Parts: sequence; C-alpha cells; structure tokens
Amino acid sequence: MDISVRHLAKEFDGFRALHDVSLDIRSGELIALLGPSGSGKTTLLRLIAGLEFPSAGTIRFGQEDASLKSVQERNVGFVFQHYALFKHMSVADNIGFGLSVRPRATRPSRAEIRRRAAELLDLVQLPGLGERYPAQLSGGQRQRVALARALAIEPRVLLLDEPFGALDAKVRRELRRWLRELHDRTGHTTVFVTHDQDEALELADRVVVMSQGRIEQVGSAADIHDRPASPFVFSFVGSSNILPVEVRGGEIAYRGTVLGRTEDADGPRSLFVRPYDLELVSDGAPGIGGTVSLARRSGGSRIIEIETPDDGRIELELPAEAPGSVGDRIAVRPRRWHLFEAAASRADAPVTGG
Amino acid sequence: MALEAVHMPAADATSASPRAPRPVTTESPLVKWLLTAVALAFLAFFLFLPLVAVFAEAFRNGLDAYFAALVEPDALAAIWLTLIVAAISVPLNLVFGLAAAWAIAKHDFKGKSLLLTLIDLPFSVSPVIAGLVFVLLFGAQGYLQPLVAWTGIKIVFAIPGIVLATVFVTLPFVARELIPLMQEQGTGDEEAAVSLGANGWQTFWRVTLPNVKWALLYGVLLCNARAMGEFGAVSVISGKIRGFTNTMPLQIEILYNEYAFSAAFAVSTLLAGLAFVTLGIKAVLEARYAGDIAATGRGRH
Repeated sequence: MDISVRHLAKEFDGFRALHDVSLDIRSGELIALLGPSGSGKTTLLRLIAGLEFPSAGTIRFGQEDASLKSVQERNVGFVFQHYALFKHMSVADNIGFGLSVRPRATRPSRAEIRRRAAELLDLVQLPGLGERYPAQLSGGQRQRVALARALAIEPRVLLLDEPFGALDAKVRRELRRWLRELHDRTGHTTVFVTHDQDEALELADRVVVMSQGRIEQVGSAADIHDRPASPFVFSFVGSSNILPVEVRGGEIAYRGTVLGRTEDADGPRSLFVRPYDLELVSDGAPGIGGTVSLARRSGGSRIIEIETPDDGRIELELPAEAPGSVGDRIAVRPRRWHLFEAAASRADAPVTGG
Repeated sequence: MALEAVHMPAADATSASPRAPRPVTTESPLVKWLLTAVALAFLAFFLFLPLVAVFAEAFRNGLDAYFAALVEPDALAAIWLTLIVAAISVPLNLVFGLAAAWAIAKHDFKGKSLLLTLIDLPFSVSPVIAGLVFVLLFGAQGYLQPLVAWTGIKIVFAIPGIVLATVFVTLPFVARELIPLMQEQGTGDEEAAVSLGANGWQTFWRVTLPNVKWALLYGVLLCNARAMGEFGAVSVISGKIRGFTNTMPLQIEILYNEYAFSAAFAVSTLLAGLAFVTLGIKAVLEARYAGDIAATGRGRH
C-alpha cells in the first residue's frame, strides 16, 4: 500500500508540532522516521494511523483519501511504545482481539481466531505462549506479542512507535534484525519511529530525518551519511566537529591554514568533520595545531580532544595505537568533510558538535 | 587483609560498643513496643470497646429480645427502606462516578479542575446542609416546588428526597477511587483497542472497564457503606416518619431516645455487621487490586 502525505500540518493548542510535511512511502518499504524528541516524528506516525487528525494537508492510502477516515476504517497495525497489551487478557486473546471485535458478518469463528493467534505466535517465534498473561512475559516477548496483535488484523500498513525504546541494548539488536527478517518475509509497508540513528540507518530502506516539525532529509543510510542535506542531519547522525572556515579562490582556510579545496563560492563557511575523518599530520605539514586536553580509550579506538588556540575543541577518533597524551602539541587535518553556510547565517545550525 | 576482616566483627562485639548493627530504618525494641502499644491502646479504646458495647447491649436481654427487636414492623420497614435507598443511590453514583472519572482521566476540556473540585464538595459540606439544600429546593416554598406540584411526585419527607440526599453525600466515592487509577493508566490501551478496529462501546466494555474493575468494586463498596450509614442529610429530609421514612440510622436514634436501648443496639448490630462485611470484602479486594496495579506493567522499564 503506497502512502502519500501532502502538506501535512498539525497544531496542538497553538503549538505547531508539524509544519507542511510531504512524504511518499512506497508499497512494501521499511521506512524510519528519525529525529530528536519534539521533532514531530511520533505526531506524523499518529496522523498516518488516524490516532490524530491533521490541521491541514492530506494523507492518501493508495488512491483513497484517508485524511478524515477514522482509525478503525484505516485498517492499520499500530505497535505502541509501551506495547499497550491488555493485561487482563491472555496473550492469545490479545492477539485475537482485533478479529473478535469485527462485526458479526465478517468475524471469524472462535476456533478460527484461536488458530490465527497460534499461527501468529509461531510467526513471532513465541510458540505455545498463548495462555500466558502479559505480566508473565519479558519486555522483548511483549514487544513481539504487540506486533503479532497488530498483524492479526491483516493491516494495510504497519506503524511502530519507538518499537525497541524500552528494551535493553542486547535485546534491541536481536529484535532489530528479527524485525527486518519479518518485514522481508511478510512484505508489509512499515513505518517506524526512532530517535536512535543506528537503529534507523541499519534497519530501514529509507530514513526520514526530522527536526522541529519539518523533514530535513529523506534518503538511504548512505545518502544520509555521505550527503547530509543540512548541518542538523550531519550532527544528528554522528559526532561532529564544526570549524569556522573561509573559502577563497577554491581553497578552504582555517585561521590561515589551507585544509583543502572546494568548488564553493568565496565566503565564510562552517566545516563539519567527523572525529574519525581527521588524521594526524607530521611536523611541518599544514594542519590545525592544538594541545591535547583529553585522551581516553573507547572500544577499539582512542578518543583525543585537542584545544585549538582560539579556544575551540576538536574531537578525534584515532586507532588505538596512535600517539598523543595530555599536554602534547599535535596537528590534525580533515580527510573528508562537509561545508555548510556559516553558522551565523543559518538559524537552525547546531551550536555544538557531538 | 582477609583474615583481619573476618575477625573484625568478633573484636567489635567484645569492645566498648556491644550493640549489633541495626538496619538504618529500624528503631530500638523499646521504641517499637511503645509505638505498637500506643496504636493498640488507641484502637482498643476507639474501635474495639464501642463495638463490644454495641453487641453486649444488644444481647443484654437475651437472644429472643434481640430477634424480636429486629422483626418489629418499624425496624423491618427501616431495614427495607435502607436497602431500597442504597439500591437506588449506589448504581446512580456508579454511573456518575464512572462517567466523571472517564471524562477527567481520558479527556482534556475546559473546567476540568473545577469539576474535580466539585466532585469533592460533598466531602467538605456538612451532611446536614446537604439535607437542607434539598428541603429548600423541593420543600413547600422551594424553588422547584412547581415541578413537584406538576409531576405529583412527593420528594421531601419521602423516599425520593432520601435518595437525593444520599446520592449527594456519597457522590465522591466511586469517582475518587477511579480517577487516580484511570489517570495513571492513560489512554494507551484504548488507542490500541480502536487501532485494532474496536468501536467505542467495545473498547469500554472489553478494555476500559476490565482495567478498573477492582477499583470500581472498591468504590462501590465504600459508597454502599456510606449510603446505608448516612444520618445527617437523611434525618433532615426524611421527616422521620416511623415505618415510612426512617432508615436504619434514624430508627436507631429514635429507639435510643425512647430508652429502648436493647432494641436500638440490636438494629445497631446490623450496621456494625455491615461494616464488618465491608471491611472483609475490602481486604479481599485490596489484595486483588494491589496485584492488579502491579500487573499493569507500566513504568516498570
């Protein structure tokens, strides 16, 4: 089921949660809405579900205008952040709920509902747990039951609100892989909301990066990483250093030191660079000089922070065996970077890196 | 080092401070005993002693006199009236309490805090005034007297008035019990139900109501106990007509004023018995209801 969102806006008591958002979701796609809290991602998801109604704009499911349809009419599978399992019902009754509330004419028989529930429990790899109650399940198991319950109504789209938000890191990674496999098997058009960039970039076919009620960029994980559309996207999907630079005659200069070349026109710019895209330069070569103010080990690499003469801080991620201890003077140079308009001319540019 | 550590407690025990370390939130035995004794003495004086007195007085003239006092026509009429009033006012407050709690917990609207305050009003107003209000409204010179004349339904000094006063006094019980629970539960389960295709009615019966059933029963129980035991409001509006508008508490007072002590206490034992039954069911419900709250699973992660 294609979903097409046009000029969608949502206002809550004078607060604009969503400004003029347009988005096309293709049939069978797994798409992530990524953004910090307050970016409007959950609002967008709830608007698609019909749990909220837009202040302006339209939502189409295929050819049909769904904007004013009730949540029941839209036939969507929604998985809530805290699962919202009915605690007084067994797992099987939870999964069968959507079928059991259908009008008599289309309601399957009791035995058929039980059979469907058992089938779905197999699909989410919880066979035989139908008689348990939600309180007797672990967080990861509840998540799967919630998903099975949403799938039971044979939804046209599957919507998940922070599906792994309440789980610990290990279960999260397992469920992430499992959800991807399940999606590939069932082929549902799936939209999920997350604030975790790794989750979004790893799991989704396409990622929608949102900030302050607007879409910043839509693209594949590679697009988001390699061609960030805005300083916000660059900063949100990883740590970053921001350096004020000057472009003149195709050369990028930081305090007189030429760091590289660009096609950009002359003028002040902000240079965004990842900690792992910086390299140490040997004595004498051009680079950004500074004093090491912090050095620590993180996994397989060393994190070094240097203080530049103009009181800036630059974070580097170097191989574990790289030299440099606190107090040393070293010089670095960016290998890869992104140039954006200078921070002063962009209201929404991030103030700090990381 | 390890050896030293092992010997430390023994050395400590024989040294100047022989006290065994105590958990920080525990008091010395003396304080514990004292506090327990104060609590028990208080309970004995204010609860146990009066109860014993009620039953002792009731049975003073023997079992026969006790049962004779209960089957006496005026007493029977009072018991019957009390049951009728409770049977009408408790369901009314159940519906009102559920509706008010639902509106307050699941929806946002203007005047919500005012409604919350108003629900508590009967707790802060003297029951006598509650009775008087209805006398003023429906009495001979009352504002709504034309309505009374038009419908021909007698309200003051009749059952409808007693029911009105009782409903007023017991208004907060069900709502007060439900509001905190429903607020804590939020609207997540309801959203899940409608997203699965349930309509409003199905959502209410199959999701909302089961989620609050223990709290609801608990509220109904308290509401019932108060409805049967209410004195002040009912005494003002009932007119205390023997055999017609006397509820149990009023009947007890009349008997007592007529020096029929044994009969007064005999009827009292029924109300005391009601209190015991209420307490018993309440204890059972609390055990269930506490488990239920723990099983909501919200905020546990």
